[in-house]
Amino acid sequence: MLRDEDRIFTNLYGQEDSGLAGARKRGDWQNTKTLLEMGRDGIIQAIKDSGLRGRGGAGFGAGLKWSFMPKEVGAKPHYLVVNADESEPGTCKDRDIMRNDPHKLLEGCLIAGFAMAAHACYIYIRGEFIREAERLQAAIDEAYEAGLIGKNACKSGWDFDIYLHRGAGAYICGEETGLLESLEGKKGQPRLKPPFPANAGLYGCPTTVNNVETIAVAPEILRRGPEWFAGIGRENNTGTKLFCISGHVNEPCLVEEAMGISLRDLIETHAGGVRGGWDNLLAVIPGGSSVPVLPKSICDTVLMDFDSLKEVKSGLGTAAVIVMDKSTDIVKAIARLAKFYMHESCGQCTPCREGTGWMWRVMERLVKGEAQINEIDMLEEVTYEVEGHTICALGDAAAWPIQGLIRHFRPELERRIHERQVGGDTEAA
Amino acid sequence: MSGPSKKAPAGPESFAFSAENQARIEALVAKYPEGRQASAVLPLLDLAQRECGGWLPRAAMDHVAELLSMAPIRVYEVATFYTMFNLRPVGAHFVQVCTTTPCWLCGSNEVVRAVRETLGIGPGETTEDGKFTVTEVECLGACVNAPMIQINDDYYEDLDFDRTKKLLEALQRGETPTPGSQTGRRYGAPQSGPKTLLATASGKGKA
Repeated sequence: MLRDEDRIFTNLYGQEDSGLAGARKRGDWQNTKTLLEMGRDGIIQAIKDSGLRGRGGAGFGAGLKWSFMPKEVGAKPHYLVVNADESEPGTCKDRDIMRNDPHKLLEGCLIAGFAMAAHACYIYIRGEFIREAERLQAAIDEAYEAGLIGKNACKSGWDFDIYLHRGAGAYICGEETGLLESLEGKKGQPRLKPPFPANAGLYGCPTTVNNVETIAVAPEILRRGPEWFAGIGRENNTGTKLFCISGHVNEPCLVEEAMGISLRDLIETHAGGVRGGWDNLLAVIPGGSSVPVLPKSICDTVLMDFDSLKEVKSGLGTAAVIVMDKSTDIVKAIARLAKFYMHESCGQCTPCREGTGWMWRVMERLVKGEAQINEIDMLEEVTYEVEGHTICALGDAAAWPIQGLIRHFRPELERRIHERQVGGDTEAA
Repeated sequence: MSGPSKKAPAGPESFAFSAENQARIEALVAKYPEGRQASAVLPLLDLAQRECGGWLPRAAMDHVAELLSMAPIRVYEVATFYTMFNLRPVGAHFVQVCTTTPCWLCGSNEVVRAVRETLGIGPGETTEDGKFTVTEVECLGACVNAPMIQINDDYYEDLDFDRTKKLLEALQRGETPTPGSQTGRRYGAPQSGPKTLLATASGKGKA
């Protein structure tokens, strides 16, 4: 188990004051000016050295992403945009950062913003998080009042503004360019890339979009040194990570652990084990609804990091672990996700707009076995027609859970169809 | 997705923000660079919806369009795209039940059943006295505290049939139940109490 001394989010459960006084006691905002004195290149290099990969799902190197911003500020200002539109089913980690440790995020905004020569930062928080937005706004107000942000932030000579922007209910705004469209006051329909946001993002200006957790861990990495962070976890999968463990476990919870912890260890150490014991496990969705489901045989040994989960054709995603025991109707569980993607498709690209509805309708029939055997293959083919043929990754995200189901639970799908056919014959007789 | 269609009620002829909200609007618009006032469309529609008692009549959308120098159609597009905007009136208690997989695994069906039994209505319906509207929503991002519902601005978590019933009955009596976990859990910590961060900040980080 990760030692408490190595945990970054020390107020994760809101045991203490989430305000500035409490945050300072926990070490936030302590030597921010000294950290900024590392300079833009120094900060970006340290983040690169730490091996920090984006915590929003894609796992792209954070330092590398920051380095894509233009070196010199031209006619257009640079922006940092924080993606706090946490909506991936299973995921509820950024929520608790924002309500219990908001100053970690704000200090991270200043550091990251400075490193990419941005004077302004927008935090785009999902609209339903109303109380969380209030808590975060209160922290922003405190930080302004204390001179930590605003003009001459932390007496560094750098002016830095942080604005909170509330969304209004749309999963697609968690996609970075959908988020930018939304922030500009439009429907959150993703943009074609290129141009990438680092060249033309918010208002057409150089912009970097990062997840809340990615930004919030940055100050601690600089403070303790990149070697410390890189020393946790495995190569290329370093550091600590917030895991949300939901579903059929005895004690669902949110916990910070080392990357690369085994899935079984994570569930048994922190979530009180699978309901009815490990042998009662059916399957786990290891990284939020978008990643393919894994059967127990893989869950027995798999490690929780980007590369390990990719090897078994799934993904770490947002590290939202959805546990399903043997009582679960696995087809129904995935069918419900298919419905989610149909609801959340922005309607821009035909394969996704039409495909998500089509896939859901077939999934609903498969739940009851009202299908022909060859429709399983047809459904799988359609998922590959949607995947990779849309502007953003929502199409992929809709396809992967179904692909995972067919890969690991085809016999269950076939059993239902056979039973239905046999049952149907009996009824007819 | 349905626009401000024929089905949407007409609502009032005109709309104007209260003096208090007008001051807020100035501060909201000031968050964005000059000429980028359209960025404030979501917050303004949210304010308008609150002022109209939980829904957005067309007059309110038109007023927001005028304030932000946007074509009305651009505002309708936004209002119909985002799920938090209601294009028809809702009850004083807007009960949103999450039924996405993580909540479903933990018994959201029982929550829906409790809602039905207590209020006598199902998703998409409003009670006759206009006090409650029920809707089914997609993941609200409180999955380790599933199943849960959102009522107006607050989340109620760690529900089951009985706890949902109790919660709704309290609202019916005009009480204000405490939001958050209904089993007394601390945020996302395990039910039996935190297993980590036992020696917390007080010992650590003292410079």
